[in-house]
Amino acid sequence: MTENVGIVIVSHSADVARGTAMMVEQMVGREVPLGWCGGDPDGGLGTSVEAIMAAIDRAWSEKGVAILVDLGGAETNSEMAIEMLPEPRRGRVVVCNAPVVEGAVMAATEAASGATLEAVRRTAEELTPA
Amino acid sequence: MNKLKASVLMRHEVGLHARPSVKLTKLAKGFESKIDLGLSPDGPWIDAKSIVKVMATRAPKDSTIYFRAEGSDAKAALDALVMLVDGDFQDGP
Repeated sequence: MTENVGIVIVSHSADVARGTAMMVEQMVGREVPLGWCGGDPDGGLGTSVEAIMAAIDRAWSEKGVAILVDLGGAETNSEMAIEMLPEPRRGRVVVCNAPVVEGAVMAATEAASGATLEAVRRTAEELTPA
Repeated sequence: MNKLKASVLMRHEVGLHARPSVKLTKLAKGFESKIDLGLSPDGPWIDAKSIVKVMATRAPKDSTIYFRAEGSDAKAALDALVMLVDGDFQDGP
C-alpha cells in the first residue's frame, strides 16, 4: 500500500482551518490524509494543544505529518503538541514555515505524489522568501 | 538521450491558475521522465513537477504551453500533458 504524508492545518479560526481543508480536498483530492483544527472550545479565536494532537492523529501517516500554521500561538502550540506525541511519532511530524493556505495546497500536491516528509516541507517552504 | 517536445494552446478561462496548476503538476509527477514547461519554444524552462514554480508562471488564457521531456516515458508524458491542457484541464463549463 502506498501511503502519503499527512497534512494538518492549524488556524486561530475554525472557519479558516475548515476552508483551507476544503481547498486542499477540492484542488488536490482525498488521497492525502488531512486533519484541521481552529478556534477555542467556546467558539472564539485560538488554538489548543489537545485539538492539534487530535488533528495529527486524524491525519496520521507512517510517512509523517506536515503541519501548516497561521500565527504565533498556532506555531508554539503545534510544537508543544509534537513534543507530547509518543516517541515513535514525535520525530515524524514537522511544522512548515509557510503561509497556511498556500502552503497547505502546495504541501498536499507534493504529498499526493508519494513524496517524503522532507520533500513536502521543502515544497511548502519554497513559498517563503529567504 | 534526446529531448522530446510538444506544445499546446491553453484555452482555459482563467489560465494556469491554482486548480489547473495542481492538476498539471500531479499528472507530471506520475511520470519518471524529467519534464520542463515553458511559455516560449526556447524557454526559460521550469520543472513541470514543481507546484510552486508551475503556479508562479501565471500563464494567461490563450498562452501556448511548451513542454519538453527526457526519459523512458517521455512520449507518454507529453501526450498526457497535451491532452490535459487541450481538454481544458477536465473542468466543466
